[in-house]
Amino acid sequence: MDFSLTKQEELFMQMIRSFAENEVKPLAADIDDQERFPMETVEKMAKIGLMGIPVPVEYGGQGGTNQIYSMAVEELSRVCGTTGVIVSAHTSLCVAPILENGTEEQKMKYLPKLASGEWIGAFGLTEPNAGTDAAMQQTTAVDAGDKWILNGSKIFITNAGYAHVYIVMAMTDKSLGTKGISAFIVEKGMKGFSFGKKEKKMGIRGSATCELIFENCEVPKENLLGTLGKGFGIAMKTLDGGRIGIAAQALGIAQGAMDETIKYTKERKQFGKAIAAFQNTQFQMADLETKVQAARLLVRSAAFKKDSGLPYSADAAMCKLFAAETAMEVTTKAVQFHGGYGYTREYPIERMMRDAKITEIYEGTSEVQRMVIAAKLFK
Amino acid sequence: MKIVVCIKQVPDTTEIKINPATGTLIRDGVPSIMNPDDKGGLEMALRLKEQYNAHVTVITMGPPQAEAILREAFAMGVDRAILLTDRKFAGADTLATSNALAGALRRIDHDLIIAGRQAIDGDTAQVGPQMAEHLKLPQVSYVTDLKYDGKKYFTIKKETEEGYQILEVEGTCVLTVLASANQARYMSVAGIMTAFDREMEIWSADMIDVEEVKLGLSGSPTRVKKSFTKAQKGAGQVFEVDAEEAVGIITSKLKEKFII
Repeated sequence: MDFSLTKQEELFMQMIRSFAENEVKPLAADIDDQERFPMETVEKMAKIGLMGIPVPVEYGGQGGTNQIYSMAVEELSRVCGTTGVIVSAHTSLCVAPILENGTEEQKMKYLPKLASGEWIGAFGLTEPNAGTDAAMQQTTAVDAGDKWILNGSKIFITNAGYAHVYIVMAMTDKSLGTKGISAFIVEKGMKGFSFGKKEKKMGIRGSATCELIFENCEVPKENLLGTLGKGFGIAMKTLDGGRIGIAAQALGIAQGAMDETIKYTKERKQFGKAIAAFQNTQFQMADLETKVQAARLLVRSAAFKKDSGLPYSADAAMCKLFAAETAMEVTTKAVQFHGGYGYTREYPIERMMRDAKITEIYEGTSEVQRMVIAAKLFK
Repeated sequence: MKIVVCIKQVPDTTEIKINPATGTLIRDGVPSIMNPDDKGGLEMALRLKEQYNAHVTVITMGPPQAEAILREAFAMGVDRAILLTDRKFAGADTLATSNALAGALRRIDHDLIIAGRQAIDGDTAQVGPQMAEHLKLPQVSYVTDLKYDGKKYFTIKKETEEGYQILEVEGTCVLTVLASANQARYMSVAGIMTAFDREMEIWSADMIDVEEVKLGLSGSPTRVKKSFTKAQKGAGQVFEVDAEEAVGIITSKLKEKFII
């Protein structure tokens, strides 16, 4: 067993830390405040290959690993949770299912443009009445000979509006329950496809979160992803991969809060000494650091299993559960260490606390992660 | 067009500390980086590669661990990388360094040689100009911009103490470039993934045609007598007044100190 980074990973860390510090961090407060999607950052990320890390070179990708991809999401999220989720949703929820389930034609058509970052990707599963109970899908897809006709809506879709390609789940046979769900590749601009309400959120406010509306939306026949009726399985497997990305995001937010708190507690003096010199600070920070490191090992281990072709569903659930709860705990305590200043927008710490919360909710709530883990235990 | 860029691995001086007892740099635990001016020069070469399909070689002289900056250069997009390393090069001052590099450059096809203006660990700005002299090539130092007409001429912007000069250069020359010339690109992910599979050439002293007495410590006339940390100046005093009053304040201060 070897816990050290490979040479490539070390070199990547050198690059991504400098990129995050110089290109991403300076925008973080502003895009949060303005609720603005950082398109200029996406363009910069595209240029150096961050939008296509785990995609093979033959499909226009970077030939990287899921480990390096998760390190990218972690380091971006360390300074800006919004930027981390843009990459995560794009890569895990759109690029990955096409790579893993697409036909050769679909891969050749979509992957080069997605991996180069010319197109952004998104994923639509959640509906107003189908959240954790994803089997309650009401969006339908009807076979109309040479095309599919989609009707319904999807909510809380990350990257919506800015994304060009959407992986959308719809019922092709309601009588079959989850076995009647199929996956489709829907492009922005297809007839009958529009965007609804843009959500105003607590955190990750620079990321676009929007409703997808399908009104007799015409999707070409060849855009069925995977086989008919296998959409639920594709969605669940896609979310397994996505959870590693979100765990990495949570881990990055937690690490960012640690960075800020270490700096602040060394500078801030009360009762004649730095608050870092008080044992209360030291003991609490030691506990938090231990949890952050534990979360990191869970994330790395899950990414390793995915890269090695081993089953990783429960590992992904565990790393997401633990990293998300760690992020929430670390950021909450970090605000406390910052005192009144931490509650203001003068410091990045309150933003990190707001950003952390979503990691316990999206791509499966913490409760869903426990269900997945327990299902493996008691199968 | 064939371009050779000379780069150097240096300690990241933004993270460096001075040992107060000895006045020397504490290098332990300080990360090593590609010298910023050299990176500016490399970026200039890579832009010529993109525009005119230039072939870019990087060369560095240093210990085996200097490999790191050559891998970084591969990940940024260079075509060829050479590590000039040998115990015989150890202890080189700027003259011995430029002798070794010039010896290596004679063995590499080049239409343009680019170096950084100076390294942040030594700040001499001598190696680039010395190389040009050894190679009997024209040189332009302190370059902040370069344009190529695609055929023959380079139009070069050179920084001076008073402002800048625009020079037109024909044919092979040596440029020393400032980091502020451009914003160097980041390594690409694909570049990083393949950087360690690329062939890095390792050249020893035997492979360059330079007399051994001109290399390393024996080829270095420079002797460091003493190194020390400059005492910190106290904070200055700011007067926001008009010119006439300012002259009065300055003269009275100078008189106070018996300077005038």
